[in-house]
Amino acid sequence: MMALLMRDLKLAFRAGGGFGFAILFFFIVTLLLAFGIGPDVVLLGKIAPGALWVCALLACLLSLDRLFALDYEDGTLDLLTVAPIPLEAVVFAKSCAHWITTGLPLALVAPLLGIFLDLPAEGYLWVFLSLLAGTPALSMIGAFGAALTLGLRRGGLLLSVLVLPLYVPTLIFGAEVARRGTVGMDVQTPFLLLVALSFGALALLPFAAAAVLRINLR
Amino acid sequence: MVYGHLMILSVKDLSVSRGGRLLLSGLNFEVLPSEALVLTGPNGLGKTSLLRTLAGLQPQAGGEIITENETAVYAGHADGLKSGLSVIENLRFWADIFASRHRLNDALEQFDLSDLKNRLAGRLSAGQKRRLGLARLVLSERPLWLLDEPTVSLDEPSRQGFYKTLQTHFDDGGGAVIVSHTPLALARSPKVMDLSLFAAQGFFTTEVDAFL
Repeated sequence: MMALLMRDLKLAFRAGGGFGFAILFFFIVTLLLAFGIGPDVVLLGKIAPGALWVCALLACLLSLDRLFALDYEDGTLDLLTVAPIPLEAVVFAKSCAHWITTGLPLALVAPLLGIFLDLPAEGYLWVFLSLLAGTPALSMIGAFGAALTLGLRRGGLLLSVLVLPLYVPTLIFGAEVARRGTVGMDVQTPFLLLVALSFGALALLPFAAAAVLRINLR
Repeated sequence: MVYGHLMILSVKDLSVSRGGRLLLSGLNFEVLPSEALVLTGPNGLGKTSLLRTLAGLQPQAGGEIITENETAVYAGHADGLKSGLSVIENLRFWADIFASRHRLNDALEQFDLSDLKNRLAGRLSAGQKRRLGLARLVLSERPLWLLDEPTVSLDEPSRQGFYKTLQTHFDDGGGAVIVSHTPLALARSPKVMDLSLFAAQGFFTTEVDAFL
């Protein structure tokens, strides 16, 4: 599993795409939002935690359609299916690689982009922590969606339609952690629920995604 | 690497389908150690589907496939290479998957890839890519090789090199099921099976009649 994770990371860094495009997209959408709302700093500061979460979530979607597609097209997925590594581990390793190259960089740059939305200083840490805790769920749910749409024409569009509704609970709790943290309220309950969502996704969705992949590979 | 099997693969009354359409039925054959079975037949008959079924990539429509777990390695039309990785990095990945790093040099040498080991796979010719794809078989250390037109894109010296590797595999007690449209120049004549005799829409006779 480590070999697959390291290979995917190497490919992502060499291609230079992955996290670079996701961060650029995150930056542009956040900037557009700030321009769209205008110079109302009170309003901007109020919506900043939720807006950053929505922008990060959309940026996370960008590279999902290629998660299994490249390995499917070049035959690697067939070969991995008959290799001595469970397909569930393949899904897990590829989702981890996606998180490291997309979710983690988004969490790291989110506080910086908060400047454009006049995010209060108290919110920086909580935006980062909430994304750090929530983006594993986004990658894992996305992997399930990518497995479902593997091999389909216009799969990317369908993937967004399938995955975005599944992102709702993560978005609700993630944005709530960031919002509460920003205004100095207790974040324990939504934060624990957010962590539970990520762990739940990591524990269950590799099995669901692997089952769907097996059907799609037939 | 010497394999210790009495029988590598046994197929009983196997039916193969693709997309819900029955392609082949009534297949019965065995692959013994040091034995090659070559499958022939016209395009679209279901040769690749049969190989994929034997590899466990798709379920059989009926019948039985008797083999031990983790016996087979499959080499299809796509070689599973990453163009952004070098030859050695591609092989190292599969060596790690099959826990066989000690075979890396064997794989490079048997497929004449030593001089190319630092070149990106994306910059190899079609024949060199095919050789790299086939080198993965050596790393798998599995007794049953399921090969779908393995000599496509290979020039004569590469083809001879592949036959030599295949012979070493047979000498070690391995077996192979090979789909090929061209005769294979192996030291020991392989068993040849014409799959058109098992076409689900056409007639089929006994397994004895099918072996040419």
